[in-house]
This record gives sequence, C-alpha cells and structure tokens, in this order.
Amino acid sequence: MKVIYSDVLVIGGGLAGLRCAIAAKRRGQDALVLSLVPAKRSHSAAAQGGMQASLANVLRGHEDNEDVHFGDTVRGSDWACDQVVARMFANTAPKAVREMSKWGVPWSRVRSGDREIVVNAERITIREPEESQGLITARDFGGTKKWRTCFTADGTGHTLLYAMDNQAISLDIPVHERKEALALIHDSGVCHGAVARDLVSGELTAYLAKATVLATGGYGRIYSVTTNAVIVEGMGAGIALETGAAPLGNMEAVQFHPTAIVPVGILMTEGCRGDGGVLRDADGYRFMPDYEPDKKELASRDVVSRRITEHIRKGKGVHSRYGDHVWLDITQLGRAHIEKNLREVREICMYFLGIDPVKAYMPVRPTHHYSMGGVRTKPNGESPGLRGLFAVGEAACWDLHGFNRLGGNSLAETVVAGMIVGEYVADFSEGASLDIHTKVVEEALAHQAARIDELTSRSQGEDVFALRSAMQQVMMEKVGIFRHEESLQAGVEELRELLKRSRNIALQNKIKSSNPELATALRVPTMIKLALSVACGAAARKESRGAHAREDYPERNDRDWLKRTLATWRNPSDELPTLAYEDLDVLKMELPPGSRGYGKDVTIEHPDTAVRQRQIEEYKAAHPDADRYQISKALMPIDLPEKYRGKNERVGKGFE
Amino acid sequence: MDSAPGRTLRFHIFRFDPNLPGDKPRMQTFQLEEAPGMTIFIALNEIRERFERSLQFDFVCRAGICGSCGMVINGKPDLACRTLTSTFPDGEITLLPLPAFELIGDLSVNTGKFMRAVSERIESWIHSDPSEEVDLDHLEERMDPDVADKIYELDRCIECGCCISACGTKRMRESFLGAVGFMHIARFHVDPRDKRSDLDWYDVIGDDDGVFGCMSLMGCQDNCPKDLPHQAQIAFLRRRMIAAA
Repeated sequence: MKVIYSDVLVIGGGLAGLRCAIAAKRRGQDALVLSLVPAKRSHSAAAQGGMQASLANVLRGHEDNEDVHFGDTVRGSDWACDQVVARMFANTAPKAVREMSKWGVPWSRVRSGDREIVVNAERITIREPEESQGLITARDFGGTKKWRTCFTADGTGHTLLYAMDNQAISLDIPVHERKEALALIHDSGVCHGAVARDLVSGELTAYLAKATVLATGGYGRIYSVTTNAVIVEGMGAGIALETGAAPLGNMEAVQFHPTAIVPVGILMTEGCRGDGGVLRDADGYRFMPDYEPDKKELASRDVVSRRITEHIRKGKGVHSRYGDHVWLDITQLGRAHIEKNLREVREICMYFLGIDPVKAYMPVRPTHHYSMGGVRTKPNGESPGLRGLFAVGEAACWDLHGFNRLGGNSLAETVVAGMIVGEYVADFSEGASLDIHTKVVEEALAHQAARIDELTSRSQGEDVFALRSAMQQVMMEKVGIFRHEESLQAGVEELRELLKRSRNIALQNKIKSSNPELATALRVPTMIKLALSVACGAAARKESRGAHAREDYPERNDRDWLKRTLATWRNPSDELPTLAYEDLDVLKMELPPGSRGYGKDVTIEHPDTAVRQRQIEEYKAAHPDADRYQISKALMPIDLPEKYRGKNERVGKGFE
Repeated sequence: MDSAPGRTLRFHIFRFDPNLPGDKPRMQTFQLEEAPGMTIFIALNEIRERFERSLQFDFVCRAGICGSCGMVINGKPDLACRTLTSTFPDGEITLLPLPAFELIGDLSVNTGKFMRAVSERIESWIHSDPSEEVDLDHLEERMDPDVADKIYELDRCIECGCCISACGTKRMRESFLGAVGFMHIARFHVDPRDKRSDLDWYDVIGDDDGVFGCMSLMGCQDNCPKDLPHQAQIAFLRRRMIAAA
C-alpha cells in the first residue's frame, strides 16, 4: 500500500490550486499538488483577455471601486450568485492584481496623455490622466460599467500562471505531475485525501491529508464543441459527486462564449470586442445594436450568445460546411493595436484559419466555454457535505458567478479565491489532525484496483470513445444555449441509457500502465454523471436565468426559482442525481433583485424584494452620513481573512 | 482549410513504450483520409480512436498556447496542435518524440520534469528586496509601460522544449542550460522588480554550461514556435557576462 502524507493536498495545478497551495505553505502547512499535466500547462494559461479588479487607474475606469465591481458581478449573475462571496471577491481583487504584480506579472501599464481608441466602431481620442502614468491599465469587457479588466496583451492567463507556478517553485511546493485523482477517501463525513493513479506507470497511491482542495477546473468536455482544453473533464467535481456526500451546485449553469472560431472552437477573447471589434452577419451588417442598443457587442456573454443564435435562426448567418456562423470584425482596430494587444488572436487565426484578422473577418459562433456550477462550497471554500474538503476556482460553486459569469471574472476568481480559501484551508489544517483507520485507506485503494482489473479483463462490451462522443452530442444538441422541456427530457433519458452502458466498457488495449484508453474509461462514467446533473438540473429549473434560457419559460422567476440547485449522487447504483434546493435570502442581500437591463424585463418578482428595497432605503435615510464602507457593512456583513480586510488605495482618491 | 478533401495521408509514427517489458522502438504507419482544416492534433486523435488505442501523445490546449505538444514533424520540432496537415504537399508525415527529453512513450516526453529543474536551477522567480514591506492595500509600484511590454515580449515562452530539441550544444553537453533558460533569465534581467545583479547571474550562466557554451548554431532561433528573439538575447547575455567578469 503506497501512502503519501501532507497537511494539505491540492488536486489541480492551475492558478486556483497553486495559489491555495502557496497560501497554505506560507502559513507553515505542508502542501502538495497533484496535476494531470505540468502545472504551467494547465488550462489557466489559455485565458487571454484579463482579470477584473477595480483599480480605477484609466480614464474610463474613473470612479470605479469595489461597490461597482460587486454590482456588475451580481447583475451579471442574474442575481443568482452568493452576494457575500461577490463582496469578498470584489474587495480582494485589487490586492490580488497587486500581489501578482509583485510576483512578476508584466501587467500592461497606463501611458498618460492622448490615445486613440475605437468605441462603437468609431475612432476617438481620449486623454489618460497624468497621475496614472505607469500604473496598471485596464480594458473594457462585457457587462461592466467601467473599464476594469487588467491584462498583459492577450496572454494574461499565461503570464499569471507562470508567475504563480514560479512562486510555488520558490516555496519548494512539490507538484506530482501526470497523476489523476480517481476517488476521494472519506469516512463518517470527513475527507481524508484521494486515491490517485499515475498516468505513466499506472500505480495507485493514497494521498492522505488533513485538508483536500479540489482545483480541477470546469467540466467543459462533456460538450462536443468547447473552448476548453482537452483535460477539462470535470473530474474534481465528478469525484466529489461520487462521494454521495458532497453536493454540486447549479450544474445547469453553463456558459457559451459568443466568439470561438469555426470549426475548431478556439476562443477569441472578449478583448476583441472590448477593444472595439464588432459582429457582422452574412450581409456584413452589424446586427448587435438592433438587439441591444445600449451595450451592443458588449452586453453580457449569455445575452450576446443568444442574440447571435437568434440572428442565425433568422437566416442571417454565414453558411459553411461546418454550419452557420457570424463574423467577428476587428479590422478597424488597426495593425499596430492587433499585433500588440491581440497577438495571440492573430497567431491563432493565421495558423488555424490561414487568415489575418488585420484584414479579414473571423468566422465565429457561440461555443461552450465555462462552468458556473461545480462543487458547492461555503464562503470559506469548504464543502457543506464533507469536512476537510475544499474547492476553489472553476471547479467550485463558491458561487461568485450565479447563472452567468462576467468576462475577466474567472481569472480574477482563480487568484482571489486561492488567496481567501487558501487562508481558510490553512486555518483548518492548523486545527485538525489526521484521524483515519488504515482499513479505510486499504478499501479505497482496493476499490480502484478492482475497477481497473474489471476494465482490463472484460472481453466484450461498450466502446469508451463512442460513449463519450454520444454524451457530448446529447449535451450539445439537447442541453445547449436554448433549452426546452421536451428536448431536455429526451436528453436525460439518452444520458441515462449511456450511463447504464458505461458500466460495461471493454477495452481494446488492456495494459495497466500508460494507457489513454483506460484513463478515458475511468473518467467517462463519471463524466456522464456530471452530464446528467447538468441535464436534470436544467430540466427541473422552469425559468430563464442568465445562461439558462428556457424557451418554454422565458421569464426569470424570482418568486419560485431564486434558489441554488444542489445535486448529489446518493448511491453508486443510482441512475439519476438527487436534486435539492437552497434558497437565496433576499432579505440578506446588499443588492436586491432588479433588472439587468437587457431586452424587456419579464421578471416575476420575489415577495421579499420590495421589503428589502424598503429596508435599504430606510437604513440610508436614517444614516445620511454613512460612507460606502459603513453602508455595505451594515447591509451585508462579510468575513475575510484578517490580512485581506484593508481598504484599497486608488490614485487621486486615497482610501475613500 | 483549402486542402483537397479526401486525400490519403500517411503517418509514420515512432512507437516505443518503456513501461512494457520487451517493447522495442519501431516506426508504425497509419493511413488516414484528410479532412478540411485537419491538424496533427485532430489526426492523431482519430488514429488513436480508430486504429491504435495504445498510441501515446500529449495535448492540452490544442490552440498553440500551453506548449504540451512539441514533437518532431517531418524533421523539425514544432507544436503539433497548430500544424495543418495541408502544409505537407506529398501527404507523408513522420512524427518523432522530441529528443533530449526523457521518453514517456511514443510521442510523449517528460518536458515537465525538465522545465521544473530549469526553473529551480536559475531560480525563475522575482528576487525582490527582502526588506521591502509587502503591502497589497497601497497603489502598485509604477512601471514604464515600454518596460512592461518588453518583459511580456520575453515572458511569452511556453516551455514547449522545441529549442532544447533543436540545440546542437545540448545534445553534446547534458548540463548545458539551453535557450529556454536563457530566455527566462533575459526576462528577469530586464525586469526592474528583480534585484539580481550581473554578478549574481554570472554565477548561474558564466561558464560553458551557460551562455559561453552556446555554439551559435541557432537551432533555437530557427525552431521557436513563439518566434522569441533567442539569438539577440543570448548575445546580450554574453556581453553582460563578459562585462561582469
């Protein structure tokens, strides 16, 4: 029995996982990271556009602060996020950007004086303030009131991940590469670590720890066309689900990004539109202003994705052998800007499409992009179902994003949540001791060994790649951008059938060491359970909210559905998840539900909304001298680790 | 996407699994019908799913960003994910694992272990003034925008390993740092937040395992998928090291 001990076990070597490990290590806790790939190859590297933080250094970020960022995030989530978490996040984001600057991220900087920008397809000149020279700059992104997205050209994720991993190396944090966690080890409601398989040797190891952190990213690869890297298969959420104890939150909240290139599905950053790019149809006509006269191409992602789909359905898409698409046009930004600030975009277009976006339009369409759902956690990052189990970043439903994430808030979440949850993980680890019977470990290892034996000895059965592909097609066709009862129910039934078949997989290649077919076979049944959690959650939620758009229930229904879906998988033999719901308490919200300002407001109001609005007005009337910090604290108190409680300084404003 | 559909491609792929007792290195040929816009990423996955389930290779982002898929493609190290099959007019494609790295199996090599060792060797993190107080509440330190751009320019290395595989010196001298290490050092050298002096750097690269070992064959410059300025940076570091000595 091979056993490795640490205080803190982090599963996943992307930004969130590494930041959490760093937090624990700096607090004197021994942290160890498991990763499918070398940490610097994690999917965090692919984030191009940037990281939101209300530094307010640029002209168009003037008057930005934590409150405005908080408000944008809550509105963007269609009021489905946990506002306490959004507050913790918005308050800490400026510190995260500044810390990453100290650790070496070469953030693009403000050049004071006149500069030309493209806004609403027109070139205008603005003057960046003198006092901001050399501070961190920001660009415009969708669904935000201010220019708040900090960036390094369009390689933001890359520079962040390199700085973060280098920091982890400087702290001597071990990263065990090419290891895949197959199951969590848990007993009587407490998580003790994980069983991991070495993807090269095939060896099984029990990694035992006081605190276990899932930082495995989203579950994008349950869809056939996604911007996500091939390793984004949701296994962290999957092994949490398979404990039967740790619930997943809002799995049906799945984001489609408006602009991935056709056919390969590689993301073209929102920075293209933030910097002034526009969308055009088959006639070369710019259609977004007709649908969203106010925010146009920079409406929230869910809105733009739906508008593109609507427009294509009207016959206005460009026909191609890969299906209809629209054009993303950044030609008006000019060569100099594109070669400097959108160079990855240009490189990808040149290599994959053979076109130069300086001169030609890019074929794009909405493509699966982000998982708002994930392992449900409390604001401190811990699972409500298993003590000692934490989740962070896209793997988690910390619930910063509700039913729609703003561009620039995912990179920000990885780092910010890593900082905050990392402190709580260290707190927990300091106060806990590992108390586990070796029999539990032996059984956990034996169970995985038996699964592998079964897979490598079965002579006849299902083909794992065919099953995976069938699941991905069902998700794409029946649980996509627009959803409907009939197709959702059909999708659930088809997935259920696939799950049954996945219990009878037979391999062509039966070796137990490095074997990509075996690795896939160990994942696919878990992925189908995740797919079922998404599909069942979507079928049950009879309203439209954020990215969850029901054609048969077009209104957002706060009265009945201002709640979070919790999915658990009670017994291994179950064929469907068990759904439960957790209410969002309007009377505790700092920002009571309202309209996001897109299209016609068809919200069915929650009875508490008016009550809460009145309470807030009364508080403000009774405390005319209260500053924004006092108001926020009175309306919705939050807790943050001691070291992150300070106010953030802004240029020309101090700590106002 | 302009390649003629239906063309038959022939892939000649290096096969060897060191984990399998008795396995011997060999080449194996697969035939595959070309599809429009087909990349080596798409082709290899199709070959694995249809013909050979045991075939090993590494892809992560499949967008030329993460550096996982370096391999030798018709004699040149490059990123397989963004290499279109249409770039080879005769449809013959030979794939070999990157040399100079530990072989995991077939086309998969252990670049992760190598790159971590490089990072530890050159201490690839910002060495700030330890007396400086860490305060995240105050305004960030200002930086000349041009300097920030210059750092990013050199920070774009994705550690794919193509430079190491293309390096004549590295093949002769196991302990040679290689272009990836020099590029990282050049990046920290230009960064005002890093307080290491030329004398500090001299201790790291002021010998034949460092910049003075480079034979100037410039395989790194010729094969870097990110077009990083290896030649200029190695020359620059040499000049600085000579001055420091």
